[in-house]
Amino acid sequence: MTPDKRMKGAQALVAALEDEGCDVMFGFPGGVAIPFYDALYDAKNLRHVLVRHEQGAAHAADGYARATGRVGVCTSTSGPGATNLVTGIATAYLDSVPLVAITWQVRSDLIGTDAFQEADVTGITLPIVKHSYLVKDTAELPRVVHEAFHIASTGRPGPVLIDIPVDVALGEINYRKVDKLDLPGYKPTVMGHIRQVRAAARAINEAERPVLYVGGGVISSGAAPELLRLAELRRLPVTTTLMGLGAFPETHELSMGMLGMHGTVTANYAVHECDLLIAVGARFDDRVTGKLKAFAPHARVIHIDVDPAEVGKNVTPLIPIVGDAKHVLAALVKELEGLEWSPERTAAWLARIAQRKREHPLSYEEPADGTLAPQCVIEAIDRVTEHDAVIVTDVGQHQMWAAQYYTYTFPRQFISSGGLGTMGYGLPASIGAKVGRPDKTVIDISGDGGFQMTMQELATAVNGDVPVVVCILNNQYLGMVRQWQDLFWRKRYSFTCVEVQPDFVQLAEAFGALGLRVTTKDEVEPALREAIASQRPTVIDFRVAREENVYPMVPAGSEITEMIGGPAERGRKKP
Amino acid sequence: MKHTLSVLVENKPGVLTRVAGLFARRGFNIDSLAVGESEDPGLSRITITIDGEQHPMDQVTKQLHKLINVVKIRDLEPQNMVAAELLLVKVSAEGDKRSEILQIAEIFKAKIVDVDRRAVTLRVVGTNDKLEALIALLKPFGVLEIVRTGTIAIARG
Repeated sequence: MTPDKRMKGAQALVAALEDEGCDVMFGFPGGVAIPFYDALYDAKNLRHVLVRHEQGAAHAADGYARATGRVGVCTSTSGPGATNLVTGIATAYLDSVPLVAITWQVRSDLIGTDAFQEADVTGITLPIVKHSYLVKDTAELPRVVHEAFHIASTGRPGPVLIDIPVDVALGEINYRKVDKLDLPGYKPTVMGHIRQVRAAARAINEAERPVLYVGGGVISSGAAPELLRLAELRRLPVTTTLMGLGAFPETHELSMGMLGMHGTVTANYAVHECDLLIAVGARFDDRVTGKLKAFAPHARVIHIDVDPAEVGKNVTPLIPIVGDAKHVLAALVKELEGLEWSPERTAAWLARIAQRKREHPLSYEEPADGTLAPQCVIEAIDRVTEHDAVIVTDVGQHQMWAAQYYTYTFPRQFISSGGLGTMGYGLPASIGAKVGRPDKTVIDISGDGGFQMTMQELATAVNGDVPVVVCILNNQYLGMVRQWQDLFWRKRYSFTCVEVQPDFVQLAEAFGALGLRVTTKDEVEPALREAIASQRPTVIDFRVAREENVYPMVPAGSEITEMIGGPAERGRKKP
Repeated sequence: MKHTLSVLVENKPGVLTRVAGLFARRGFNIDSLAVGESEDPGLSRITITIDGEQHPMDQVTKQLHKLINVVKIRDLEPQNMVAAELLLVKVSAEGDKRSEILQIAEIFKAKIVDVDRRAVTLRVVGTNDKLEALIALLKPFGVLEIVRTGTIAIARG
């Protein structure tokens, strides 16, 4: 873009987006969005993926961002278009995903008059954005876009909303790329305090029973190589949160898998028994800690996080380190390399963990009625894709089985709505992920309930030629709620039975996608291979055992060693 | 203990909404809030008083800091700050009660800013404690209306 080119606000926005390196966005047009869409019509380097509902645009941009590490961009018209983005923005906020949401607004002079399709979207989204703008003047646009991308992608990432009245898109400016920032109140801490890093290094060196507790922050900061180096240097066993899956290869001997409500026995007991807990980019969420007071009761805690407000929020660490995980872990490695240490120090601890891994692997029983075990479908996906696919999930039982039974080996491989737990996330997010990673097989593992919330996005996949493979673990229940009703509400299955559902195979075909159905174990792998080879958007309707539960399970608010299906219950039949 | 936060913010539209919204969302109760332009026209200063017993002050300031428009936060120490609040109070003052009220006003260096047949309005500046004490003394006469600005405070030195 040549400096000082005269253009309309809408064109300036396209230019500003391109200058930020944005080459794809997800959106849906509408009345006040027309000037922007008109400019988009001529855009050479900015691809637009047309969704079928604005929620899909936000989730797709989110999936794109998680899969690539770049900022995801979505857009919608004013009023209902903007409010439809809200669930997607909240999803990105809770999982710290860099997202820029551009909403169009009624004309400036109509704001506040309850004009047609007017909604106060900056007000509505205030508690679920990292920052937001209501642009009042066309001249502000280039600066606002530059700031929005910076804020969304640095520090603890998050969504930034830009609300633009239509007259701002029509106004003319001399466009010039902005590369300066003036944000006096925004200076994220990147480097950890060296004294704290040294204290942490000493604590790690002295520990006899250390555990690395790794969250999504390690993935956002690109710290997986530093994490691997640290873990191997002091032979630290690693457990990850749901958001941290992929930050550490699960094929590694030091991996204990996921912890928390549906975590492994090995991980939960290790956290319970450890004398040093090193939390990196994790926030001691209630789904991880269970009863907070009983969490890691014997441990000194090191907490490394880029967000100072997370440090000390739920657990008061002995050694807090505010900083970017990549830098802090690299500094820790450097410190530790200068200290003497003998592997004997933790040998007994590692032996205990190894033994527990052998004795308590994740396990399930084949359904007695000969139906398909949902876990076995995930294992087959793992085998067929050789631990190398990008796995996107919806929310519910299938999400936990996907977390448990797929082997994650690299960052940004597992994409799931963890914090907000948004049903309907899977399909649109997988479309965004596949757009961002066309080189990878992208599998959306979904449930029949969540899939029905955003299934119209199959048209987006077909229209945009985005070959995602949707695997529906279809048990004709809202399975996770049914599981809670089963375990804690005397099997009163109140409104969780969804036997009335479309024929997903015919549905897929109606959308122009490939539809397959699997009812037996033998059909699982061939169907997966056919779907992947087809290079078409595909829906596979896996008819799975209807009342299978996710185990182990820590009931909400219990200690994380109080696991249903855990060692304390061995020999007893599962309830 | 009552905490007094002096929060320097960018003078931009919606900043007060962001601050107030944050307090509401995180469940922090504001005792008082006063806002106005600072020495730099680009910046405003918000004085917030909040009960430190009820809230983890560390979380309050850290969450505030996350707002992009918040530039600086100081948790002012009571012994090292000067604080004041403006109070307007309308008191029922019929007949012989009037002189008693005027005496109280004088002790508190309150100014009579309005008088009519049945009531007087006092204007007084002081710390929160002083204003509370004055209101307590005026209560028996019949306090008709109270308007307060909320505390503003500045660090000493």
